[in-house]
Amino acid sequence: MMNPLKIAKKDARLYMSFMYVTFAALLVGGLMGLLQTLARSGKFTLPFGINYYTILTVHGVILGLVLTTFFIIGFQFALMGKTVGISDKQRKTGWWSFWLMLAGTVMAAITILVGQANVLYTFYAPLRAHPAFYIGLALVIVGSWVAVFTNFHQLYVWKKANKGQKSPLLAFMVVINMAMWFIASLGVAASVLIQFIPWSLGYAETINVLLSRTLFWYFGHPLVYFWLLPAYMAWYAIIPKIIGGKLFSDSLARMSFILLLMFSIPVGFHHQLTEPGIDPTWKFIQVVLTFMVVIPTLMTAFSIFATFETTGRRKGHKGLFGWFKHLPWKDVRFLAPFIGMVAFIPGGAGGIVNASHQMNSLIHNTIWVTGHFHLTVATTVILTYFGIAYWLVPHLTGRRLTPRLNKLGIIQAIIWTVGMTIMSTAMHIQGLLGGPRRSNFSNYAGGEQVQTWIGYQAAQAIGGTILFIGIVLMVYIFIQLAFFAPKGVEEFPIAEEEVDAEPTPKVLENWYLWIGITIALILFAYTIPVFDILKHSPPGSVPFDWPIGRQ
Amino acid sequence: MHLHKFEKIWLVFGMGSLALFLVIIGFAAFWKGTHPQSHIEIIDPENVEAHESFKPENLGLREVAEGKYIVNIVASAFNYDFGTDTDGKPVKKIRVPKGSTVLFQITTKDVVHGFQVAGTNVNMMVEPGHVSRLETEMKNVGEFTVVCNEYCGIGHHQMFATVEVYE
Repeated sequence: MMNPLKIAKKDARLYMSFMYVTFAALLVGGLMGLLQTLARSGKFTLPFGINYYTILTVHGVILGLVLTTFFIIGFQFALMGKTVGISDKQRKTGWWSFWLMLAGTVMAAITILVGQANVLYTFYAPLRAHPAFYIGLALVIVGSWVAVFTNFHQLYVWKKANKGQKSPLLAFMVVINMAMWFIASLGVAASVLIQFIPWSLGYAETINVLLSRTLFWYFGHPLVYFWLLPAYMAWYAIIPKIIGGKLFSDSLARMSFILLLMFSIPVGFHHQLTEPGIDPTWKFIQVVLTFMVVIPTLMTAFSIFATFETTGRRKGHKGLFGWFKHLPWKDVRFLAPFIGMVAFIPGGAGGIVNASHQMNSLIHNTIWVTGHFHLTVATTVILTYFGIAYWLVPHLTGRRLTPRLNKLGIIQAIIWTVGMTIMSTAMHIQGLLGGPRRSNFSNYAGGEQVQTWIGYQAAQAIGGTILFIGIVLMVYIFIQLAFFAPKGVEEFPIAEEEVDAEPTPKVLENWYLWIGITIALILFAYTIPVFDILKHSPPGSVPFDWPIGRQ
Repeated sequence: MHLHKFEKIWLVFGMGSLALFLVIIGFAAFWKGTHPQSHIEIIDPENVEAHESFKPENLGLREVAEGKYIVNIVASAFNYDFGTDTDGKPVKKIRVPKGSTVLFQITTKDVVHGFQVAGTNVNMMVEPGHVSRLETEMKNVGEFTVVCNEYCGIGHHQMFATVEVYE
């Protein structure tokens, strides 16, 4: 095991820049979420004639695309810097990636805020936004690619200098996540560059709607794993250190990341199960491939709890559950991610419902789905990110997580849990009763069914308000950690292997093999159906603006 | 790669249940015919009237045999066109007796819409250029709200209808 490196000040500045954008995005996006739940409760009207669907678009883009991507890339740069190092040149390209992504974000955000892109973050054709929206998104993706290749290069340089040694686990995980992100974002980039931009500029008259949706979801599902894998990195390789234990198994962790790489991408059709133009057999095949991620998920669950137990027993805690009782519950670096892990149990179960060939029919596009991803990304993932920020931010700024800030963090995690339990549960139930997602308040034709929905919408507003309090508190903690906490040294926790750990098989680092299988699976799952979509394509769609997309 | 004994048991149990689950889903889909809708039938979105089912006079509810109905609908922002009643007013509500078999056929003239008879598994994406179609038996009595559940623009939440199933 290599000794972790020290992060220099100029490197820390790069990583922190990503964090500033992350927490600014949290505040803006969270405010939009609050306004949405209030508006949909039917008790409040949005001020200044703001359109519900404008704030809905901002909420999705800022939290789903901007917050996540900035945090992930910043965190992953820090992991690479800590484990394999960063050269001056690599830091420079890191800055390129930051500025490109920021420019794209600002461009897309302004376009949305002036009402020229009320198309939601999925921007389904033939709704048309102003071209600046698509160009902004393309810049964010291109900026992220600069980070992808910088990270690849960092590991490559390290490997050359350390011939024959296995790569540090966290660096390996970052490269897996970036490989997945790159392969997946090629789909949405192709759609935006070849289909949307020429069409929104008026150079192409029509667009192939089904093809654009298929390319979007080729990207859309790996996107959620791109959010999740950094949380897994923390669960596998950081949390064990925080609780005073060792890595459970280096090879198992690598194996599970490889499986996630292979089975995250050839699965997009499970988001398109109720669409009319895709062969049901291919839908079923992709459903089966989707469920393969259950295997690495089970592996992860096992190793996390095995680490907890082994660590507790080694410390001498007796009894069946002694190890559990003595976990560091008062350490927010542990507590926040732990709540995230627990939320992943109902979150994962809900995901199984969503991806099922038939059960999906009941809940597709209902607010159940919104409830689902507020458990997974907005609890599991985000609480783990918060758990990371509590030590990463002070480590980078040369400050300390004081007992007071730790306590505030614990309160934050509890507020989050309460707010999300109320909001997400209400969403799940309303969805089972047929309440649609992505809709402003409406009485529809009235009647009993709609009345029951409105009660749950009120509960969502209560949950949403509690969550917003949690967001304000989190942003306060971030500002404290970044600028005001006392100077000191905060540990960058990286778990070490057991002294007698079994050696990791070399084959796990055979990139050609794993990326080769990944590409083969993608070709298998998509070649024939995409060929069918092209062969049986209807006349294309002309763009629709007011009163649909642009104002 | 070394696996702990308990982990092997855990994974074998997990993968076994997964396999069983997939077999059930596959059996239901391929033998019981419960695939989600997919007909791969295309249509010109700018000329949906050219299709027999979507001619203005063929829209709405029709009984084709004892207890068997067809409903033809054209979606557009922000309306479901079920045709007109005898007074020439647009139909907003259809009524079918309990236990009848209903085939819903729908397409769109503009953007992507959704069509869900809320609280049931009649749930379809409606995309320009494609015909969405789903047959179902209406087993439960009640008033069901039909909602557009795919964002279609500023009036998305005003796009609805009602299906009543009576005794």
